[in-house]
Amino acid sequence: MHELSIAASIVEAVTESASAYPGARVKAVRLRVGALASVIEDSLQFCWELASEGSPVAGAKLVINKLPVIVHCDSCSVDSEIEGVQSFRCPRCGELAADLRQGRELEIESIELEEPEPQESKPMESKTDVPDVVEEQT
Amino acid sequence: MTTRIVELRRGILKKNDELAAGLRQRFTSAGVLVLNLVSSPGTGKTAFLELTLRALRERGAHAAALVGDLETDNDARRLAASGAPVRQINTHGICHLDAEMVSKHLDGWEGVSLVGLDYLFIENVGNLVCPSSYDLGERIRVALLSVTEGEDKPLKYPGLFNSSDAAVITKIDLAVPCGFDRELALKNINEIRPGIRVFETSAKTGAGMDEWLAYLLEQAQPS
Repeated sequence: MHELSIAASIVEAVTESASAYPGARVKAVRLRVGALASVIEDSLQFCWELASEGSPVAGAKLVINKLPVIVHCDSCSVDSEIEGVQSFRCPRCGELAADLRQGRELEIESIELEEPEPQESKPMESKTDVPDVVEEQT
Repeated sequence: MTTRIVELRRGILKKNDELAAGLRQRFTSAGVLVLNLVSSPGTGKTAFLELTLRALRERGAHAAALVGDLETDNDARRLAASGAPVRQINTHGICHLDAEMVSKHLDGWEGVSLVGLDYLFIENVGNLVCPSSYDLGERIRVALLSVTEGEDKPLKYPGLFNSSDAAVITKIDLAVPCGFDRELALKNINEIRPGIRVFETSAKTGAGMDEWLAYLLEQAQPS
């Protein structure tokens, strides 16, 4: 059950990064989680709600992008994705492959922010621009 | 409202990883070999470690241990009987050790300085899942499994076995009564972590301890 510690770490990191965008609301947090990261998705989603409640990132959606394991085969000199995590063998030649190139990731890839429209950004120009475009189209 | 995507690309456990990297540097410059022992509860980590500490002491090596448990200092007291300095880390419900806990317990450890040590063992909390995500700054991660747990443990917990540098099978004195399929266990370990060093041991009979100690001595040599 270390998903709660992980969720708390995500809340902390995202709160810190989002503070650079005052007034923005965090809509979503995208993670990259390797198949060997020992993280259970459902458990992390559950803990995310608990950990984010009452924080500046409350209500943000947690999007988990799962990454398969990729091994490098010395004989074939090729990186290949393997199916599952039960046997670390090159799918081309069947040899055991100890050289892991992907699968242990546990990272925050990006955050999606919703920001208020910048009020002061030359409203006159944009108003004249829009009809021009519309006229061209019709 | 407008939407903005901010790329972060940062490790979720970045703080732990940074702290662990600092510890690793400290351990390396102090010349101490640090091992993180991970297994299920009841595998026999403490008995195995007790024997290891005694044997190292007999050979004139300086070894110490940090022992993680949710509660009680039973293991630390048991291990202290070996004569080695031992310090208990109580996590109070947390299912793994992290780099900060290790760092805090190294500070103010009476009578122990890293420079004077050859080996530091960190016995993790009994758990095969969570400790695999937390780097403690160790140089060698050791996954232990006992013959009573079944040969498919490595397949069930690939995250841990794949991230380990050595595997120790414990309680081999019970292999026959348990119907332990040795070949299958070795095959499973190798499927998950090809080429890993495996030691077959018994804390009761002392079997396999010579190989394990030879490995420890070999690993402690400055490369």
